[in-house]
Amino acid sequence: MLKKISNIGDCGITCDFGDEVNKHTNKEVIKLFNFIQESVNSRKIKGILNYTPSYNKLIINFELGQIKSNEIIEFIKSSDYSKINLPENTKIVEIPICYDEEFALDIKRLEEKTKLNFKEIVSKHLETNFFVYMIGFVPGQPFLGDLNENLYHDRLDTPRIKINKGSVGIVEKFCTIYTFESPGGWNIIGRTPFELFNINKTNTSTLSPGDTVKFKSISKKEFGLFKNE
Amino acid sequence: MNNYFKVLRPGINSTFQDLGRFGLQHLGIVASGCMDQLSFYHSNKLVGNKISEGALEFAYQGPLIEMKGETALVAISGKVNFNVIKTNGETIKGISNESFLISNGDKIDILSTINSVYGYFSIFGGFKIEEVKGSVSTLVRAKIGPNNGNKLKVDDKIFFNKSNQVDKLKKIKFDFDKDNTIRVMKGLQCHYFSKKSQEDFFSKEYKVTKLTDRMGMRLEGQKLENTVNKNIKSEGITKGSIQVPGDGQPIILLSDHPTIGGYPKIANVITADYDKLVQKTPGTIIKFKLVNLAVAENAFQDYVRKF
Repeated sequence: MLKKISNIGDCGITCDFGDEVNKHTNKEVIKLFNFIQESVNSRKIKGILNYTPSYNKLIINFELGQIKSNEIIEFIKSSDYSKINLPENTKIVEIPICYDEEFALDIKRLEEKTKLNFKEIVSKHLETNFFVYMIGFVPGQPFLGDLNENLYHDRLDTPRIKINKGSVGIVEKFCTIYTFESPGGWNIIGRTPFELFNINKTNTSTLSPGDTVKFKSISKKEFGLFKNE
Repeated sequence: MNNYFKVLRPGINSTFQDLGRFGLQHLGIVASGCMDQLSFYHSNKLVGNKISEGALEFAYQGPLIEMKGETALVAISGKVNFNVIKTNGETIKGISNESFLISNGDKIDILSTINSVYGYFSIFGGFKIEEVKGSVSTLVRAKIGPNNGNKLKVDDKIFFNKSNQVDKLKKIKFDFDKDNTIRVMKGLQCHYFSKKSQEDFFSKEYKVTKLTDRMGMRLEGQKLENTVNKNIKSEGITKGSIQVPGDGQPIILLSDHPTIGGYPKIANVITADYDKLVQKTPGTIIKFKLVNLAVAENAFQDYVRKF
């Protein structure tokens, strides 16, 4: 449930759905996100620049010359959006992943922590239907959950300076895919050749908040032969 | 005939920008856009363009470019030291915030911004650059924008639209706000910081460090003590948010900020003071003044009157 709306400076508001990070809370966030997006597209509200969902919050940025925060807050409060029944998101995206030791940089660290062997870690990762909580930090990077709880681990104490594009990492109950080469502190378990983000495509990001991701294991040879559309 | 500028020296960080790329932050794409909106607006106004026309933004040292083609009306806004070098070798000292004509073979040498960071270069009719998702702003980190999302490099050609109608020469009287007080509103996690740290932040001096770019401005000053939690659940980020990582030194998130982040935010810069802030050079001592929403909205009304 929407618990609180607060201002962020003079041109932003945050809609806070509570402290819990779980699918239920996030689905509430995405419901409001869909409503705002639809309201912007159908010009029911003006001056909205961006709307960014995260685990438990939706942040809305607006153009101060067009609209003020109290008008947006009023719009949300009077909308009854929570009663809108949106069609259930049934989009499932299969993402190939290669768990070869060249890519699975932190498998030893995970084996030690989880007391599971390599095969068991892989099978637990593959059996999960991951929910897309949010996309961001950099373009197209998805934050997925929830991991099988036997795989939970902390961040690396010292983040790596460079993580290759396509690397798949896990931390606590989350899984992410690096869409750009960047620094990072997640436990890397494999790499995908699948391009999740391409600015030149109509759908720049393959994934959207609320989608489902299922990983599919591929060999190193298949990884090398993989072609993005 | 093709009209273009040849880049002889690219400058430090020269990119095309407009007012920003919106509606995509939920996919991880930050708005970007010009850092100093008022200066950006001036450069377009000086040559008679629409306000949203893409301009070339440069930081500190700008490019050295040679014009090929028919005479054109151009302008440089901000506070900029530059020369126009004519084909006969004559060097004319340029004046920023005044439009001027350049002819085939002329060079423009943008030497430096003066006690400021950003300047803008505009041409009547606009540059011939491609929009990406509705904007010509460049996000170098993700290679999004015209020029394949890159900053200018040597030998690039910048094509421009030739328009037969030449706008009149114009001047704008302009100087940067020398005041170093930046007005802020309380951030979402302001209460994460000790009472003393909150008082320190809203009263003590902070120095702009060299670790400052289009993404963020790192400050140095009284360490801020977080008494609740050094991390928060990652949430969407707004331009001008001031986050405080574990080391207690604040970072102001600027136009190319990450779209989500997990550090607590002590304050947010108000819209009216953003342009002033981004023009502060490393080493500048700034102070924050706490204001409420009503003051910020009134300040915005005063700010838009300058446009």
